[in-house]
Amino acid sequence: MTVVFKKTKGLTDAPFSYCPGCTHGIIHRLVAECLEELDLLDHSVAIASVGCSVMSYEYFNCDAIQAAHGRAPAVATGVKRVHPEKIVFTYQGDGDLASIGTAEIVQAAHRGENITVIFVNNAIYGMTGGQMAPTTLPNQVTTTSPRGRDVSKTGEPIKMSELMATIPGATYIERVMTADPLSVRKAKRAIKKAFQYQKENKGFSMIEVLSSCNIGWGLSPNDALQYIKNEMASYFPLGVYKDKGV
Amino acid sequence: MSKVLMKGNEAIAQAAIAAGCNAFFGYPITPQNELIEYMSKYMPDKGAFVQAESELAAINMVYGAAAAGARAMTSSSSPGLALKQEGISYCAGAELPAVIVSVSRGGPGLGGILPAQGDYNQATRGGGNGDYKVIVLAPNGVQEATEMVRKAFYLADTYRNPVIVLADGVIGQMMEPVEINTEALPLIAKPWASDGNLSRGHRNVVNSLFLNPVELEKHNQDLRAKYDLIEEKEVDYELSHDENAEVMFVAYGTPSRIVKAAIENLKAEGINACLFRPKTLYPFPYEALKKAAQGKKFVLCAELSMGQMIQDVRLSLEGSVPAHFYGRAGGMVFEPKELVNAVKDHLGGR
Amino acid sequence: MKTIKCVSAGFGGQGVLTVGQLIAILAMDKDLAVSWMPSYGPEMRGGTANCHVVIDAKEVSSPLIAEGITHLLAMNQPALDKFLPRCAEDVVIVTNASLVKNVPSDFKGSLIPIDFNQIAQDLNELKVANMAAFGALLRTMPMFSREDGIEAIIKKLGKKNESLTELNIKAFEMGYAKEA
Repeated sequence: MTVVFKKTKGLTDAPFSYCPGCTHGIIHRLVAECLEELDLLDHSVAIASVGCSVMSYEYFNCDAIQAAHGRAPAVATGVKRVHPEKIVFTYQGDGDLASIGTAEIVQAAHRGENITVIFVNNAIYGMTGGQMAPTTLPNQVTTTSPRGRDVSKTGEPIKMSELMATIPGATYIERVMTADPLSVRKAKRAIKKAFQYQKENKGFSMIEVLSSCNIGWGLSPNDALQYIKNEMASYFPLGVYKDKGV
Repeated sequence: MSKVLMKGNEAIAQAAIAAGCNAFFGYPITPQNELIEYMSKYMPDKGAFVQAESELAAINMVYGAAAAGARAMTSSSSPGLALKQEGISYCAGAELPAVIVSVSRGGPGLGGILPAQGDYNQATRGGGNGDYKVIVLAPNGVQEATEMVRKAFYLADTYRNPVIVLADGVIGQMMEPVEINTEALPLIAKPWASDGNLSRGHRNVVNSLFLNPVELEKHNQDLRAKYDLIEEKEVDYELSHDENAEVMFVAYGTPSRIVKAAIENLKAEGINACLFRPKTLYPFPYEALKKAAQGKKFVLCAELSMGQMIQDVRLSLEGSVPAHFYGRAGGMVFEPKELVNAVKDHLGGR
Repeated sequence: MKTIKCVSAGFGGQGVLTVGQLIAILAMDKDLAVSWMPSYGPEMRGGTANCHVVIDAKEVSSPLIAEGITHLLAMNQPALDKFLPRCAEDVVIVTNASLVKNVPSDFKGSLIPIDFNQIAQDLNELKVANMAAFGALLRTMPMFSREDGIEAIIKKLGKKNESLTELNIKAFEMGYAKEA
């Protein structure tokens, strides 16, 4: 019998705590596969953040550290500076990275920390029950924007990849999505490149992954994937925003 | 090695490096700036120095470096310590060794930059969330500050707990002759460190999250048992003994030296007094203080605050001896004669 | 020994902190207990600077001098005005004569007015006025010799700029020798 697909060694056997239909699981798998394929698992440190992925320290099959809300890039800095030869990555959501942790992410990029940031943007605070995030789309209904996000009072959704690309210290910034098999494969290529760059000491990388929150959005899993493709990707255009590593 | 004249801030930094500190993260704030400057200049190439974007980031860098096995340290002053409280709670929760130096100044708010002791409660009670304790060492001069920062790394590693060295603006800014211990501080194995090395045969996770209440209660009980051990073993104080003393001062840090001058002045006027100086503010020397106070007419607690350590002094005494307080704040420092007058007032206008 | 409570004060840039440090080094080298405490922070940038140097046989109690100043170096008028009320009755005050004109007529201590700026001008190097002041101040402390002073200058400042060190020593000697 030929094995055509198997679970990556990059994930532990702990069952995911994610809701059915959520694409966090896919993104975890992509990160884990990249670490395995690049042979980095034995000398990597994952920094888990606060949000739905707070338990990711249980899932990635490498050393891990749980960080305070928004502070993962600072924690990653501490690890990387004492172990520059190790691979250090953060896994952060949009509340963590684009709201409470803007200073830490901007300044880690500004210093050109040689780390990899996986930024999962699902336009909502998932873990706390679906509140508005800085990335929530205009008119999108959340539990704290019950009449839809009013941009006149809450601002236009923040575009982190565009912002981060303006920082001289950043090396590689790309936005991808996990909406269908093709986009998932592209997302994996970007994530792999980011880890490859870190291995080659090329500096700071952030891969923004447009992800679903079908529960928080009040959509079926399939409709949520369509929402990523049609709504999110049109406000948050996919693509490479910066690549100094070529 | 002969003595050199050094600023407290620089001497603390040098002593930290001598004690094996290999990761420092800080943010500029007066009156501790010479400490971060010294670190930027003298941290060995193999070590880590980062001027962080904030005190918040600095303590979280310490959290990361300590989690990865380093002897990590940060330093700041009062308002900066307020910002570090979140990270200190995380370090305590995840049982990470970390050394935090606070060169304190007057508050509240932006306050002032001159020496004060309004952060006794901030250091000993903390502002972070949860049921945790931080060991707090209080030096009274530059030499002792260097010894205490060394001890802080030892205690942090031994107990896997944050340790605060609570200095004040005088200690940070003043120069005194100092001899720094350059003997290597033995490394303590950290098999728990999450340093990206699976060759040990298993994953290491550094974490303070316990969603299961049974596990979290157990974690709190384990922490409590550790704090009990610290309270049993690590209490430290200085008692200038005088059998004839009718009054006992209690003071820590720089003010304890002013108390010594007041004691001399009182002696000249025929009044015998002694000094009890806590060197560890947590664990506080409750029993020793109570014992030392027995037979005294009263205890006078002198602080550069409006009264913070006095609460621990009263807890120690349990009403056995009257406790009075004398304090100045905001960068104003009492003079020996003020303390002399306070003693005479309480003795009934002698 | 009687505790020395010395204050060195003047404008920022006049080098009064360095004078205090030199005295502290001298005391340390004689195995005495000593502390040097500067004014710091915005106060420094506001134009005035001072430091407190306390010397004692075994232990310095308070590094801050609230009262009973035994030796005062006043490099400008505000320095004298600020610290005179905190001086002991038998204080020795060294003043920078061209910038300190008003000394209260009822002053009972010893006053040593010397024009340190003139000494510096004579040496064509305005920076060394504080070394002349150091010389004059040191002469009021019999426990230290002229040679001690020169040694301290070399120890503290010698490495940075050797030609300036020579001038510093010259200025020091002129201040030390100057009769008030």
